[in-house]
Amino acid sequence: MSDFLKLVGIKKSFGGVQALKGIELAVGQNEILCLVGENGSGKSTLIKIISGDLKPDSGELWISGRMYKQLRPIQSLNLGIRVIYQDFALFPNLTVAENIAYSQLVETQDRLVNWREIREIAARAVELVQADLDLNEVVGNLSVANQQMTAICRALTRDTRFLILDEPTSALTKKEIDRLLQVVRDLQAKGIAVMFVSHKLNEVLAIAERVAVLRDGELVATLDREEATNERLVELMSGTRVTYSRYEAKPSNEPPLLEVKDLSKRNCFQDISFSLRRGEILGITGLLGSGRTELALALFGIDPADRGQIVVDHQPIKIRTVKDAIKAGIGYVPEDRLTQGLVLKKSVGENIAAVIIDRLRGWLGLIDNRAWNAAVERWIDELAIRVTSPEVKAQTLSGGNQQRVVLAKWLASLPKILILDNATAGIDVAAKSGIHQIIRRMARQGIGIILISDEIPEVVNNCSRILIMRKGRIAAEVETADVTEAEVQQLVELTEPRGKGEGMVASSL
Amino acid sequence: MRKLLKQTEFYLALVILLLSILITMYNPRFLSAENIFDLLKSFSVMGIMAVGVLFVLILGGTPDVSFTAIAQVAEYVVVIMTLRWGGNILLAFLTASLIGGVLGRLNGCLVNMFRVPTIIITIATSNIFFGLLYVFSQGQVIYVIHPLFRRFSEIRIGNLVSQHGVYFGLSLMPLIWLVVLILGWFVLNYTRMGRDIYAIGGSELAAERVGIPVRRTKLFVFTFVGVLAGIAAVVHAAIVQSAIPNSLVGQELDVIAAVFLGGASVFGGAGTILGTFLGILLLAVVNNGLTLLGVSSYWYNIFVGAVIVISITISAVQRIRQKKTRVKVQVDSEGWRV
Ligand SMILES: Nc1ncnc2c1ncn2[C@@H]1O[C@H](COP(=O)(O)OP(=O)(O)OP(=O)(O)O)[C@@H](O)[C@H]1O
Ligand SMILES: [Mg+2]
Repeated sequence: MSDFLKLVGIKKSFGGVQALKGIELAVGQNEILCLVGENGSGKSTLIKIISGDLKPDSGELWISGRMYKQLRPIQSLNLGIRVIYQDFALFPNLTVAENIAYSQLVETQDRLVNWREIREIAARAVELVQADLDLNEVVGNLSVANQQMTAICRALTRDTRFLILDEPTSALTKKEIDRLLQVVRDLQAKGIAVMFVSHKLNEVLAIAERVAVLRDGELVATLDREEATNERLVELMSGTRVTYSRYEAKPSNEPPLLEVKDLSKRNCFQDISFSLRRGEILGITGLLGSGRTELALALFGIDPADRGQIVVDHQPIKIRTVKDAIKAGIGYVPEDRLTQGLVLKKSVGENIAAVIIDRLRGWLGLIDNRAWNAAVERWIDELAIRVTSPEVKAQTLSGGNQQRVVLAKWLASLPKILILDNATAGIDVAAKSGIHQIIRRMARQGIGIILISDEIPEVVNNCSRILIMRKGRIAAEVETADVTEAEVQQLVELTEPRGKGEGMVASSL
Repeated sequence: MRKLLKQTEFYLALVILLLSILITMYNPRFLSAENIFDLLKSFSVMGIMAVGVLFVLILGGTPDVSFTAIAQVAEYVVVIMTLRWGGNILLAFLTASLIGGVLGRLNGCLVNMFRVPTIIITIATSNIFFGLLYVFSQGQVIYVIHPLFRRFSEIRIGNLVSQHGVYFGLSLMPLIWLVVLILGWFVLNYTRMGRDIYAIGGSELAAERVGIPVRRTKLFVFTFVGVLAGIAAVVHAAIVQSAIPNSLVGQELDVIAAVFLGGASVFGGAGTILGTFLGILLLAVVNNGLTLLGVSSYWYNIFVGAVIVISITISAVQRIRQKKTRVKVQVDSEGWRV
C-alpha cells in the first residue's frame, strides 16, 4: 500500500521557539494514524503545515507521490485534505447549513449562491454522520458539542481523502465520542486516511492502527497498535513515568467553608445539599446532563439557582451574578476555555491578571507594574506555562497551555473556594498530573475545591469525597477511602437515566 | 416570522412609523408626497454611500471614513471635465465611478498591506485625498456647472401639483439609490462575494482556512465603496448644482451612524441592506421632523452622536447576551427537557 502523505524533514519555528525539529512521518492511504504528545509538543503546528495554514521553514511534503515544498490552504483542500481544528474555525454569524457547505462552495468557484443547494449539501453531510442539527440555527448559538458536529460535517462535504481531527473529542460526551469513533471507522472503510489527535489515550488505543508520538517538536516513536500501551505512550510523551497517587485531606473538625442547602433550579437540578470543608477536594461526577455543570454555573452566578441556601463562612449569601460569587471568594474554571475562560486576543499576562486587576492598583488607582509583573510571573512559574514572555497573545498558545492560563487566572485571585468544571479536558497526561499537584497544594493551603469531572480516576485519586449526580439530584455520596475506581464507575453507570435518557443524549447532538 | 420580532429592522420600522405619526400630528405637511419625495431625494446621496459603508462594516469592525473625501474628489473632477469637454450624464457616472473605484482600491491595498484598523488607514487617506483636492482646486467653488447636470436632475417621474400650485414629481435620484440598494442586496445574499464578506466578518481565520480569498474580497469591498462614492458624487452634483470642495465632508459620521443603526455591529459579520435603508430613513425623518417642528438643527448632530453610542452599546450587549444564551442552550441540549 502506498502512502497518501509523507513528511520529510519538516521544520518550523516561531520566533525563538522551535516547534518542529525535522519530522519524518508517513500516513497510508486508508490508515488511521493517531498523533499524541504533550501540550506544546507541536501537534497542531504539524497539522497546520499539512493543511497549508502554515509554511514550513524547510522540509518536503509528499502527497500521493508528488512533492510540495509548502501548500496553500486551497491546494490542500483540493488534494482532499480536511482538518477539523481544535478551535473548530467556524463562522459564528452564519447558519449551520452555510457553515457546513462553505468549503464546497469555495471549491465549485460558482459566483452565485444557490440556497437550496447549500441546504442539500448540508443535509447530506448531516445525514452521513446522523447528527441532529438544526440547519437554520446560527452557529454562535450552538453548544460546543454541536459546533464540533458542525465542523465534522463540514469536513465531509467534499471528496475527502485525508481527514485530520485535532482533539475532536474534548467537548463530547461518551456516547458522542463512541459515535464519532464509529464515524471515523466508517470513513476508513470508504478509503479515507485519518489522522487523529487526542490526549485521551483510551480513545487512541481504541482506534489507532499506528501511533506517532511527538515530544518537544521531535517524533520520538511510531508504534504499531500491538506495541502501544497506555504506560508506554505516557512514558514516550513525557520522558518520565507518571503515576496517580491518592490525595488525603487531613481530617478536621472545623465548621464547613461552604454549605449548600436544598439548592434547586427548574429543569436543571433539585434539592442539592452538601458541604465543603477547608482543605477538602470534593469530587462531583455523573453523566453529562446530570446537572453537574448547571450546579457549578449556579454556584458561580452565571445561571443562578431559583431556590435554596448558600452559606459561605457562616454567612448566608445570595449569588445572583458572577460578581457576587467572586466577592464571596468563589473561583470557577470552566470546561470551555475558548469561549468562557480566556480572552484569546489578549496577552497571557493580561489574562492572568484579569480577575486580580483591582488588587494590583497602587497610588491613584494606577496599575502597579511591579506587582503586576510579579503576580503574572509567579503564576506562569507555578503552573509551568510554556511561554517565551507574558506578552504573547493567549491565541498562540497550545490548547493545554491555554487551559493553564485560565487556571492561573483563578488561582491568582486566591479564592476561598475553587470550582473546576472538567478543567483538565484536553490537557496531556503529564500536565494533568501537574495540575492535580497544584490543586492539592492549594487545598493543603486551605482552599476548598470542588472538582467536577467525568474521568473517574481523576476524582477518585484527588478527592476525599465524591458526589454522584443523576437527573439533577445527588444520587450517591462516597468516601474515596472506601471505594475503588471500578466501584465508582459502576455507581455512575447504574445511575444512568434509562430509556428516554439515552434517546435524549443522542438526539441532542 | 418568529424571527421578525428579534430583528433590528422590525424595531427600526416601528420607530420610524411612530415618529412619522408624531411629526404629522404637529405638522401635516410632513406626510405630503412633495415632502416625502424631497426627503428621499436629498438623502439619496447618503443612502448610496451607506451601502458601501455597510459592506465595510460587515467585513469587520471599524468603518471606512474616506468615502466622502473620495466622492468630493470625484465630484470636483467630473464637474471640471464636463465643463471643459462636455459629455453626457452616463459618461459622468462612468468617470466618477472610475475615479472612486481607483481611490477605493488604493484604500483596499493599504488595508491589505498594513494590518491596521480600517478607520486608521482611511483617516489618513481621507486627509490625503482631501488635501490634494484643496491643493489643486485651491478651494475654489464652481457655481456654474455643465447644464447636463441640471437636465438630469429635472427629470421627474409622475407629474403632480402641490397645494401651492407647484409641479413636482419623483426625481431620478431616489431611483438610483433604489438600484444601488437592490444591487447591494443581491450581492450580499446571492453571490459568493457577498457570503464571503459575511464569512470574513464572522471569522477571518476561519475564512482563510476554508480557502476564501480574503485579500481579494477586501480589495473588492473597498473598490466597491469607492465606486458608490463616485455615483453618489454625480447625484450630489446634480442636486446641489455646484461643486464645493468641502460640501460632503463631515457627512461620513451620519452615514456610519445610519448603518450602525441598521444593525451593523462593531464586531463585524452583521448588517443588512434593509436595515441600512431604514437607518438612513430614520435619520431623514428626524432631520426633516426637526426642521418642520422648527427645532434647531444642532439637535440633529446630537441625535447622530447618540445613535452611534447607543448602537455600539446594543451590539456589545447583544454579544454578551449571546454568550449567555449559549450556556442556556447547552443546558437544554444536555437532555434535560422531556
Ligand atoms: N502562532 C504562533 N506563534 C508563536 N508560537 C506558536 C504559535 N503557534 C504555536 N506556537 C508554539 O509552538 C509550540 C507547539 O504548539 P502546538 O500548538 O503545535 O502544540 P500542540 O502539540 O498542539 O499542543 P496542545 O496539545 O496543547 O494543543 C508551542 O510552544 C506553542 O506555544
Ligand atoms: Mg493543539
